[in-house]
Amino acid sequence: MILWWIGNLVLLAVVLPIVVYLLRGVLDAAKSIVPSVQEIAKVAAAGSKDLDAAALLLTTQDQVTKTVAGVANYGGSLDVILDDAR
Amino acid sequence: MMAPVLAVAVVGLVTILAVVLIVLALVFYLVSVIAQLRKITAGLDETIAGVSGIVQKSAPVNDVVTTINEQLDAGVDLLEGLLVKKAGMSDAVGLVDGMYAGAAAAGFRNFPESPTIKAPRIGEVYTRGTLTLARLGREAPIAAGNPAGPALRDVERGSLAARLLYPEIRQTKPKSLARSPVIGTDAPVQYEQRDDIGAPRKQLPQPDVS
Repeated sequence: MILWWIGNLVLLAVVLPIVVYLLRGVLDAAKSIVPSVQEIAKVAAAGSKDLDAAALLLTTQDQVTKTVAGVANYGGSLDVILDDAR
Repeated sequence: MMAPVLAVAVVGLVTILAVVLIVLALVFYLVSVIAQLRKITAGLDETIAGVSGIVQKSAPVNDVVTTINEQLDAGVDLLEGLLVKKAGMSDAVGLVDGMYAGAAAAGFRNFPESPTIKAPRIGEVYTRGTLTLARLGREAPIAAGNPAGPALRDVERGSLAARLLYPEIRQTKPKSLARSPVIGTDAPVQYEQRDDIGAPRKQLPQPDVS
């Protein structure tokens, strides 16, 4: 009987606080992750939105190609018009 | 007889109470943890969607930028080659250095010997206006004179050579230039005063509103 009482006392005074302490630590850790994940989600969404203009690079590529072609034509004409250096 | 039974019952109740308390604590905290994990899952879903968008949108960037750089490299090669071919290495370096001070030190990309060439002071040979025209991409008359005639650039008499680039007014030092017009009451040409100056302004016809 005495051992049973001691067992109950250990259960209430030792096991229960330890269980509560450990579970509370897990809960606090889980709670601290949530804001970080939400911030990361916001940053990822903003980064994705910033890259919306990346599609315009195709236009830039086309324009650069045309510009260089125009420069090449202009240079070819200059090559014909102007004499070479001695 | 009743006392030991009662004692056992009390001890058993305390045991049950302790176990129930432990289970309640487990349930409360584990449910709370589950709720937080669900929030984390939702946040990670949003993160994955954003990161997927970044990956998808940035996928063609590498190829496009590489192509743009190749095109620009070809343009630079072309312009450098043309400049060196037409102006000569020394003048080309001097011209670039005249437009962008210090650029001669970097030299041309396709001409490894260009950084070692001492850039002539093109700015002293050509006027500032000529260099400005060249800088603006207009048709600068540098070395673009009559191919059959002498070069416009005269190293020894640079200022005269530069002056010849401008319209003929005083370059050949004419004996007399056209005189300025004489104005005033004694002027040989008198103009009649217009009557309408100072008179009331003409009234426009009023629109008929009836």
